[in-house]
Amino acid sequence: MDNKKTSRAPVSQQEFKVPKPVDTNTIGGSITVELNEKKVSVPLGTTILEACRQNQIHIPTLCHHTDLCVAGVCRVCAVEVEGMRTLQAACAFPITAPIKVKTSTPQVRKARRHIIDLMLSEHYGECYSCIRNGNCELQSLAEEYGVDGYTFGHCDKPAYEIDKSSYSVVREMSKCILCKRCVRTCIDLQEVGVLESIGKGDKTHISTFMERPLADVICINCGQCINRCPTSALHANDPSDEIWAAIDDPTKHVVIQTAPSPRAAIGECFGVEPGTSMTQELNTALRRIGFDAVFDTNFTADLTIFEEGTELIIRLYKALVEKDNSMALPQFTSCSPGWVKYLEHFYPEFIPNLSTAKSPQQMFGAIIKTFYAQQIGVDPKDVVSVALMPCSAKKFECNRPEMTSSGYKDVDYGLTTRELGKMIKEAGIYLPEMPKSHFDSPFGDASGAGLIFGATGGVMEAALRSVIEFVTGVKVEDIFADANITPVRGFEGVKYVELPITAVGPVPEILQGLVKDWNWLKGATLKVAVAHGTANAKKVMDDIKRGGKFSECHFIEFMACPGGCIGGGGQPIPTSLEIRQARARAIYAEDESLEMRKSHDNPYVKMIYEKFFKEGPCGHLSHKLLHTHYTARGKFIS
Amino acid sequence: MEPIFNKQKRTGPVLFSEYKRGEGIKKALEIGRENVLFEMKSSKLKGRGGAGFPTSTKWMLTAAAKADEKFIVCNADEGEPGTFKDRVLLTEYPELVFDGMVIGGYTCGAKEGLVYLRGEYEYMLKFLEDYLAQMRKDNLLGKNILGKKDFDFDIKIRLGAGAYVCGEETALIESLEGQRGESRNRPPYPVNTGYNGRPTSVNNVETLAAAAHIIVKGGDWYAKVGTDKSSGSKLFSVSGDCKKPGVYELPFGTKVKELLKIVEAEDTKAVQVGGASGICIPESHFERALAYEDIPTGGSVMIFGKNRDMLKILKNFMEFFVEESCGQCTPCRIGNVKLLEGVEMIEKGEFTFEYIGKLKELGHTMQVASKCGLGQSSPNSFISIIDNFKDEILNKIEA
Ligand SMILES: Cc1cc2nc3c(=O)[nH]c(=O)nc-3n(C[C@H](O)[C@H](O)[C@H](O)COP(=O)(O)O)c2cc1C
Ligand code: SF4
Ligand code: SF4
Ligand code: SF4
Ligand code: SF4
Ligand code: FES
Repeated sequence: MDNKKTSRAPVSQQEFKVPKPVDTNTIGGSITVELNEKKVSVPLGTTILEACRQNQIHIPTLCHHTDLCVAGVCRVCAVEVEGMRTLQAACAFPITAPIKVKTSTPQVRKARRHIIDLMLSEHYGECYSCIRNGNCELQSLAEEYGVDGYTFGHCDKPAYEIDKSSYSVVREMSKCILCKRCVRTCIDLQEVGVLESIGKGDKTHISTFMERPLADVICINCGQCINRCPTSALHANDPSDEIWAAIDDPTKHVVIQTAPSPRAAIGECFGVEPGTSMTQELNTALRRIGFDAVFDTNFTADLTIFEEGTELIIRLYKALVEKDNSMALPQFTSCSPGWVKYLEHFYPEFIPNLSTAKSPQQMFGAIIKTFYAQQIGVDPKDVVSVALMPCSAKKFECNRPEMTSSGYKDVDYGLTTRELGKMIKEAGIYLPEMPKSHFDSPFGDASGAGLIFGATGGVMEAALRSVIEFVTGVKVEDIFADANITPVRGFEGVKYVELPITAVGPVPEILQGLVKDWNWLKGATLKVAVAHGTANAKKVMDDIKRGGKFSECHFIEFMACPGGCIGGGGQPIPTSLEIRQARARAIYAEDESLEMRKSHDNPYVKMIYEKFFKEGPCGHLSHKLLHTHYTARGKFIS
Repeated sequence: MEPIFNKQKRTGPVLFSEYKRGEGIKKALEIGRENVLFEMKSSKLKGRGGAGFPTSTKWMLTAAAKADEKFIVCNADEGEPGTFKDRVLLTEYPELVFDGMVIGGYTCGAKEGLVYLRGEYEYMLKFLEDYLAQMRKDNLLGKNILGKKDFDFDIKIRLGAGAYVCGEETALIESLEGQRGESRNRPPYPVNTGYNGRPTSVNNVETLAAAAHIIVKGGDWYAKVGTDKSSGSKLFSVSGDCKKPGVYELPFGTKVKELLKIVEAEDTKAVQVGGASGICIPESHFERALAYEDIPTGGSVMIFGKNRDMLKILKNFMEFFVEESCGQCTPCRIGNVKLLEGVEMIEKGEFTFEYIGKLKELGHTMQVASKCGLGQSSPNSFISIIDNFKDEILNKIEA
């Protein structure tokens, strides 16, 4: 299968058709252009913007985003190209001839200022009361161009009602500057296609199918549009007021679980370089804010490996040994709620393939209000369970009606990295200065396998670390140096790996209730794949539908967000490939620094199976608390 | 085939000269691609849709582009307010337009031609479809046209949905592809990356009709008419305060004054040339010539008599643009709103000269910074009416 984009974006918004030269040293491969009278050589097809950035010339941008296809609509990147009557959009102009560019002429500066003034004239809102204050591209631009008044007026009434229907994403279109980044994110990067320009002329605005509230359309809550919105027109549904109220209520026992990805990114909210992990500083900060207990979601990530891994073994056994062809294979991961909803809308016929194991967040929620509440002797109704997540879809997930297996709402609030960053600031804490501290008992520390769930390929790697040892009896380290299963790592859109099982070992104790021996797997080849971003997921799903190579896989990891959770819709803004890669590096480095790297080595997981889920993985109680079911939604909205 | 007739018109000696159906196609196939391009070049024909790009260059670029498929698109959107000349050609001289498309297809290497027909022209759809059916019967369309081996070409008609911007060639292509009518970034140009990402030559109805004549009668014949920089003749759609509105064929270089005389306009105060996106000229400019080098135009001429209120006219134009902007780029989407608000301020007498000056500067920015021709030309009437009719507008304020 090729990795070509299957983009559904209009041609007008796609990459240019200028063939990029393979070798820039061949004749015609590079072009000499003049940028502000300085001669530079660039590969054919480079945009003026790229050329300027490579040469330390700053050009302001708004609609341009390195993750997205070109739009050329805000016009703020206007530059002069000698011989052309009009100004050109630097972001949308591929260089194919030896042009002369000027980036700061009086005409250019005036045009940019005009454009900013025009945007501000229709932009409803005051920065001090805005969630993006201090991190807004429109605001920075106004500052950069010394805007000190509203040349063409300023609107004092909101033009659109705020759409708060979604658990995850709030749409405040009166603050929208129509850069269409969200549109391109949704249709091109994610291939979901919820948002589009509606109306023409002065009535143009971004909306949904039939102008429905976001909760009533096929939005998967991935929040990728939020991450790329330059203003606060799109932001997450923020529960921090409710969380503060719970913290301030002495009758409530407020616990928080923290996922690995926010810990690798929250430093960015405090101006720290992307890729700096703040796990232990964060533990201290959370206690100072007033959380009663701080847990590591990785604990239930380890648990997920047991449950999901066992489920896979059951599926394989039934399919391969009992020839039960009702067993749906490949098994799909189910920890990314954006992906789950995507599948429910676009491929509902594949719901049987989704692992019934809940996501780590929801497993933890169910355990906190049952096992944990029992242990500490608190009535579960007084426990408030908060989940720090990199993800906006987690807000939707914890509100799914089926997520109440403890008898209460298992997770009360999904809190994003950005929102917690704000709470920490509000508490007067400067995170990077915090002393380090550990997570709370009884769940203690988790394995590195749970940690790497945050990056694309991480769930697969964690699963393989355990599955390989369970089945072959051989240490992972003896197969992959340092237990780093690198073939499933990296940011390639779709990864495919085959692992031949040449020898098998004894069945470990915890699985002995399920299978007698592994002989039925001997000589088999385990085929796995990893896809991140729903556009890549779509490629894999379409291939499966066609009966292509991915239909032969046994296990596929899907993440709704590009890069996996580290690129989630609740992570600090801005985002780019470099930033996501830095966050992933932080996670892998933390994993390598740990003693315990495999889920099955986690003594606390063993403890919970001994004390609580006594029937072992996929037993009755685990089915009740740790597994779930799905809803076929379809694409059509009644 | 029921013939459709239009209102009054004046036939000139070029576009309305004698032409037999299929004549141009036959000749083109005889002389070959290179000679077609040569004749087109010596005719110095420029696009009649408004932008005035040399047609021979457009065809040459399309012909030179490498691709598995190419397209000829006939722009029959005719959306510019006050333009109704393409309608005359389509209904009374379809042979010129369709032959022009076949010639263009042959020259560029296209196998398919698409007519993008203004939604309001649906009434002529049946007539045109019948006409194309007849051409197919006569082997002027279809396979091995007129016996020319491997020259296959056919024409389809698509109806527009009524947005003015869809006359802009890249928005038109988006619309043909089933997308929202929004203009594209350029480069790349349609001659490289047009319909379905393939090289596409978009030509106005009148351009194609002229091409058919040029191939039969020669480029030099055509270039003899008009001026050096604006060869040939032009169809003018004349409306407003005159006795004989209608479509007129006149040579390029005709003075505004002469045109006013021909159409029997009296007591003319202002002439809007080029539609809403054109410029408005006062009496003192009536000596100027209608030609690319002086007053360029796609053919719309609106005549305003002594009693017309220039501010109202301007307001009308600005309302049009506020609504018809495709809304994708900032200068055009919001700029036109600001210009309209300015007009309303003047109407109410609540304005400062300083602010009007700022709006004119904004207009200049729109002319250079908008993404497509719509936004680039929409401030023209604002700037020209405010400049040329300052006194009238000023008096109104004082009154
Ligand atoms: C807003 C806008 C509307 C236009 N409308 C038309 C139209 O209705 N008909 C037309 O032929 N060209 C129209 N044009 C010009 C086309 O973009 C294009 O230049 C023309 O179709 C090319 O054909 P030509 O070279 O034969 O003139 C319009 C341009 C703009 C910017
Ligand atoms: S979106 Fe940006 S410019 Fe607008 S109010 Fe918020 S911070 Fe200010
Ligand atoms: S949250 Fe995701 S699916 Fe929903 S509108 Fe945004 S990008 Fe599209
Ligand atoms: S909602 Fe945000 S990203 Fe979308 S167009 Fe508006 S400003 Fe741009
Ligand atoms: S200039 Fe106007 S019509 Fe053209 S792209 Fe911009 S908004 Fe659309
Ligand atoms: S950044 Fe180039 S047009 Fe918006």
